Amino acid sequence: MDLFNAIVQVLDSTIRLSVPLLLACLAGLYSERAGIFDIGLEGKMLVGAFAGAAAASVFHSAYLGLGMAILISVAFAMIHGFASITHRGNQIVSGVAINFIAAGSTIMLGQAWFQQGGRTPALAPGERFGAIIWPGADALRGVPILGPIYSELISGHSVLVYIAFLAVPFTWWVLFRTRFGLRMRAVGENPAAVDTAGISVAWLRYRALICTGVLTGIAGAYLSMVQNGGFVKDMTAGKGYIALAALIFAKWKPVNAMFACLLFGFLDALSIRLQGTPLPVIGKVPVQLMQALPYILTVILLAGFIGKAIPPRAGGVPYVKER
Amino acid sequence: MSTPYAKLPAWADYGLIPVINLAVAFVVAGFVVLLVGENPFRAAAVLVEGAFGRGQGIAFTLFYATTFIFSGLSVAVAAHCGLFNIGGEGQGYIAGLGIGIVCLAFDSVLPWWLTFPLAIIAAAAMGALWALIPAYLQAKRGSHIVITTIMFNFIAASVMVYALVGFLKPANSMAPQTRTFLDGAQLPKLNWVIELFGAKIRSAPFNISFLLALAMAFLVWVLIWRTKLGYEMRTYGHSPKAARYAGISETRIIIVAMMISGALAGMMALNPTMGDQHNVALEFVSGAGFVGIAVALMGRLHPVGIVLAAILFGMLYQGGAELAFEMPAISRDMIVIIQGLVILFAGALEHMFRPYVQALFASFSPRSVGMEAIKGKGA
Repeated sequence: MDLFNAIVQVLDSTIRLSVPLLLACLAGLYSERAGIFDIGLEGKMLVGAFAGAAAASVFHSAYLGLGMAILISVAFAMIHGFASITHRGNQIVSGVAINFIAAGSTIMLGQAWFQQGGRTPALAPGERFGAIIWPGADALRGVPILGPIYSELISGHSVLVYIAFLAVPFTWWVLFRTRFGLRMRAVGENPAAVDTAGISVAWLRYRALICTGVLTGIAGAYLSMVQNGGFVKDMTAGKGYIALAALIFAKWKPVNAMFACLLFGFLDALSIRLQGTPLPVIGKVPVQLMQALPYILTVILLAGFIGKAIPPRAGGVPYVKER
Repeated sequence: MSTPYAKLPAWADYGLIPVINLAVAFVVAGFVVLLVGENPFRAAAVLVEGAFGRGQGIAFTLFYATTFIFSGLSVAVAAHCGLFNIGGEGQGYIAGLGIGIVCLAFDSVLPWWLTFPLAIIAAAAMGALWALIPAYLQAKRGSHIVITTIMFNFIAASVMVYALVGFLKPANSMAPQTRTFLDGAQLPKLNWVIELFGAKIRSAPFNISFLLALAMAFLVWVLIWRTKLGYEMRTYGHSPKAARYAGISETRIIIVAMMISGALAGMMALNPTMGDQHNVALEFVSGAGFVGIAVALMGRLHPVGIVLAAILFGMLYQGGAELAFEMPAISRDMIVIIQGLVILFAGALEHMFRPYVQALFASFSPRSVGMEAIKGKGA
């Protein structure tokens, strides 16, 4: 029973750790499917986290915080769009710029506004997203096997967790069952064809980036308003890049993205759990190896050793209208 | 496909446009300063005063610039070959492993002028090796170099934690860093050069690796514009198709360019370790690899431009420290914002003002922007 409880606990933290990855990964999916590389996921999450926590603590409302997180994150996505769609700049350079501006401005504004060394004030319970206890979760806790699974794994998360997992089928539906999704996929593969059909390439790509901004905003809000009770500097800590790795791992597909993020979240949860404890067959695994595993896996995948990851064909290429 | 932008005279292309971009970046930064309730003009004055006002400031400015010259050159060499090496941070970090091993092994037996070349070789080799794998994967298996180099930054961070905690730190110490290097692995200071001009310096880490950086800038110029290899690299950068048609081996050129780039990034680790801290510690690179992107973009990938841009960023780092001291509302992270704005305006938005500049030039002298024919038709 001890082992079972341990497994449930690891899976529970897997869910918690994979939610920001999942949101950011789906965010990246929208923009990359539309042909815009976005390594600025990290920065957009960070500004989302900061804006969310700052607004929540000033206005004493979690939902206003979430709204602000989304708003600012979308604004940063629009900067990326302005540079890479309107001015046909290098998309990677623009993403790097956004990451820097986000890293610097969150700390600086945080320090100037709250004077707590770049942190925002600790959020009170009403200013955070609390856990939603599903009906009967407490009553069923005693039931063997199913009880802990229901009360720990399924119930007891914040609303943003459920949003994240609902975003997966929703994204699938948008991408493969709507006209917008079809056009978005087309603009990522062959923008000239979309242009010929009389559809604005730029406007489509901007709309895709708005979706990206909304999702990174929620991801940021999750970090600062659910996982943590406030903003801490550099709190994304490379999650935007792991999300990018997960996106490649998932071959730009929404359901795969969920499994990739769960896998990376699981590795993270496991490395926290196993810190220093020796494993039966392999012996003691260095924590650093576990931490580096998502990156190593991505490199191996990219090298084409576990199936080939083929990105959207027009990714990273600014569209120049034929004259 | 038609090229979206017409030609400008060289001085406008390499002088005027970067200056406009830079100016806009600083104006936006000024608004950020306003946002936190400080006077941007006074902030700028404090920044420049802090960087160049006293000998001490100049020495620190040049110390920071040294690292940025290496990382800027690293980005530039790859960029000339059409590759975006965003992994300078990891390549520099992993080079610390080579430097650490060389210095710990030889600092008690060899003088600095023998340890230094060995450390240069070790740093360059480790950096090149760390760039080799992404380069090979790009050349042979088509995996995107940007993604692999980002991944390698993270892997390097894990390897370095493992190495520092595992075997580089002294057994009886808790801090994850090597012991302090002895005299045999401490680089001589160059502060006396500044003191020749009458300035006083209490202590500053400005050291001899600055000269190595300048030498590398010259060598990169020779490589890119005066050798066959450089010509091949530029050819591949402009048009991989043309390069293939000309019989240039794609695999070879990608791998060689990335290894040179990695070696330069590796050498950037010499300055903070042997020149300043005299040990190898966690996170000693602290973002310098990423600054290289801004430096290279601002220097328009030319070594002279890169040295100037590196000094500008050195000034921002040193002046920024003074600024944080003078104006508590502005922290050192202001530099990170400026860095981001410079990358945005000098890199991603480099063409934003070009049409206006072109229109301006056209209204003065149509000939200078190649619009003669169009005007001629109209007349």
